[in-house]
Amino acid sequence: MERQDSTPLLEVRDVTKSFGSVAAVRGCSFGLPPGEVHALVGENGAGKSTIVKMLAGVHRPDTGTLLVDGEPVEFGGPADAMDAGIAVIYQEPTLFGDLSVAENIAMGRQPRGRFGIIDRRRMRRTATELFARLGVHLDPGRPARGLSIADQQIVEIAKAIGGRARILVMDEPTAALSSVEVERLFAVVRALREEGAAVLFISHRFEEITALCDRVTIMRDGAHVSTDPLADLTVEEMVRRMVGRDLDALFPKQDVEPGAVVLEVDGLAREGVFRDVTFEVRAGEIVALAGLVGAGRSEVVQAVFGVDGRDAGTVRVNGKRVRPHSSRAAMAAGMALVPEDRRQQGLVMDLSIQRNVTLPRSGALARFGLLGGGAERREAAHWTERLRTRYGRLADPVRTLSGGNQQKVVLAKWLATAPRVLIVDEPTRGIDVGTKAEVHRLMSALAAEGVAVLMVSSELPEVLGMADRVLVMREGRLVADLPRAEATEESIMLAAMGQEVA
Amino acid sequence: MSDNPVARRLSRVAGWDAAIIVVAILALVVAGGAVENFATTRNVGFLVLDLLPIALLALPMTLVIITGEIDLSVASTLGLTSAVLGSLWNSGMAIETIIPLCVLLGAVLGAVNGVFVTVFRLPSLAVTIGTMALFRGLAFVVLGDSAVADFPAAFTGWATGTIGDGPVPNVLVPLLVLAAVFVVVLHATPVGRAVFAAGASEQTARFSGVRVDRLKFWLFVASGAVAGLAGVLWTLRYSSARADNGFGLELAVVAAVLLGGVSIFGGKGAMPGVLAGVLLLATVQNALRLEDVSNEALNIVTGALLIVSVLLPNIGRSVRAATHRRRLRQSPTDPIS
Repeated sequence: MERQDSTPLLEVRDVTKSFGSVAAVRGCSFGLPPGEVHALVGENGAGKSTIVKMLAGVHRPDTGTLLVDGEPVEFGGPADAMDAGIAVIYQEPTLFGDLSVAENIAMGRQPRGRFGIIDRRRMRRTATELFARLGVHLDPGRPARGLSIADQQIVEIAKAIGGRARILVMDEPTAALSSVEVERLFAVVRALREEGAAVLFISHRFEEITALCDRVTIMRDGAHVSTDPLADLTVEEMVRRMVGRDLDALFPKQDVEPGAVVLEVDGLAREGVFRDVTFEVRAGEIVALAGLVGAGRSEVVQAVFGVDGRDAGTVRVNGKRVRPHSSRAAMAAGMALVPEDRRQQGLVMDLSIQRNVTLPRSGALARFGLLGGGAERREAAHWTERLRTRYGRLADPVRTLSGGNQQKVVLAKWLATAPRVLIVDEPTRGIDVGTKAEVHRLMSALAAEGVAVLMVSSELPEVLGMADRVLVMREGRLVADLPRAEATEESIMLAAMGQEVA
Repeated sequence: MSDNPVARRLSRVAGWDAAIIVVAILALVVAGGAVENFATTRNVGFLVLDLLPIALLALPMTLVIITGEIDLSVASTLGLTSAVLGSLWNSGMAIETIIPLCVLLGAVLGAVNGVFVTVFRLPSLAVTIGTMALFRGLAFVVLGDSAVADFPAAFTGWATGTIGDGPVPNVLVPLLVLAAVFVVVLHATPVGRAVFAAGASEQTARFSGVRVDRLKFWLFVASGAVAGLAGVLWTLRYSSARADNGFGLELAVVAAVLLGGVSIFGGKGAMPGVLAGVLLLATVQNALRLEDVSNEALNIVTGALLIVSVLLPNIGRSVRAATHRRRLRQSPTDPIS
């Protein structure tokens, strides 16, 4: 499958990209010859999406070059990338719902007839021809609204090749597809390969990579690990390269003898999101909820905490049922949720540090219904100090703090409620290493005090370093419950991706 | 850079709030000096009577706008309660019964808005534009083009009278009581904290246990109830129940609230600024009226003030952002990180 004789259609050469102090991609190189389907794999946060965004013209590489047909290119925006022949097909296509399929395909380059009027007949004919080339049957006249995601992707692909795109970047295109739809998509991709197009295929599913791809580039922590023909690699080897990392002293886990069951979740389900979710967390235990992004982990903890509703199942704290769809009831039962999205869900960015810390407790802090006399300030000062938060004044808007200190404010806000069940969703995402260690030490100390901790995390070292038990979710279901002794990066990744441990 | 704590404090206090209070006082002083007959006891009494309905409606409106919603139906609620007041009086009901009924009617009308916004999840702008037309239309159904004027003198006299025949109008009492209640609720209770949180980030508020929908529903009810009360006071003041009472007043109310420094996007604002905004608007209108400026021109002034009050904070923000960026460039390391 090696085609070293021909110039690659697309080459990524030594690109790097940092956001602030976070290096998202640190030196990645690979090439796509014509007629190749190339897989790009890595854990969540390995840098795949950043590569995709650079190819789409959304981000510019800090250093390094992108080459199309051997010529260096610079994209000022998505339009430049399209002009260079690169089309990106996203997981959720963005079509104009009220326009017809043919109109969507012709968008931006409608065939003109006399007097500059759009030639509808030619537009339809082009669409029909494109579908014939791709070997699918779709009515070009129907509106795009109501098409399945799979059909919408086909329309996007037709639009791309109709626009003379020769390089297709597909970012997890199969995530929302049924197996029949996946097969059809693969047939389309193979047809494109026969025509000499190059396809960069991003997927978390090994069986798809094995079935479709010619070569595989593996990334880890933003760095390029390897690029090899698929035939030279086993699934196990791929997983090892994706996760192979040393655990450092980042995880000061204390050994705690678990106490009584505090949180019981039984048969929790929400239509189309997750189902049959049953687990328990004991006092002093840290249970991690692992899985791929989109597996439904945040949705589960939000339903447990009552921010979202649920269709079935019960949640109990200390044996008592908690009313569904009420974060108030969950708080009254002793639960706290440090949500995934600090800016949108954890903090009111425009309000002061003090107001943020005391928001869930303002009712409890009021005397005769009135807040005043410094009760809020004392509470905020106490908890921010306990978490060693660095700030100017408590009256400063919380947006002026660094990410790590913002996260400490969210933690302070919820620790102030003295929870018996602490749910943390990606507690260390986007914060520096030093603060990470502090957050981990804090979680460990809380568990030692008898708090039941449920931690959603996409960072495997964090999961392995902190958890007494690891629950793995895949596609809305719990698929594994691994005690600390059995949890390894390989066993978790394989469960998360739906492969049996070899 | 303002590392000096005194300078920092000053810059914080000298926000829109403080500025609008200063401007309102300046307007009073200038009008008192420059406009003939402005600084008379009689005219100040009229000034208070004129600002009363705007001030009353601005109190709940402030909370509604801080939560990120708006209630444009308040003036029509005022008109409908006025019409109902006249109609019930015509039917022979006792005025002591009618007045609480009218406040209750206002609350019910507010609840209608609240249900559309929180249960059917419609944008309050659309809902209250709809109910603005609907309530006004109902007012004409109730009373037609006629007016009811023969209310008991004891009540109409109270609405225009002063305390102990001194200079202070009677109606200032309910206004000050309500203003005190709203100041305390907004600035010193858990409800107030929830109002700001819901307006600045509804999602975070929900994640923090704030029942955002319930909060908004009750704010619309409060807005309606206060509008009902304003309808009663309006009717008694002019001894005239008419379906078109308070027509177009919602514009002045929103203008006063925004002028008072409340962000139209929610999450920001304070009651003292709003009260100053009401005072400023009423002073300007009163002074211009004394100068024989026509009502049409007054509308132009109200509209201009509304636009200015939305425009200026935006300009201020971009200036601040520009200085902030410049500062960042000068100091490569952030001191707090």
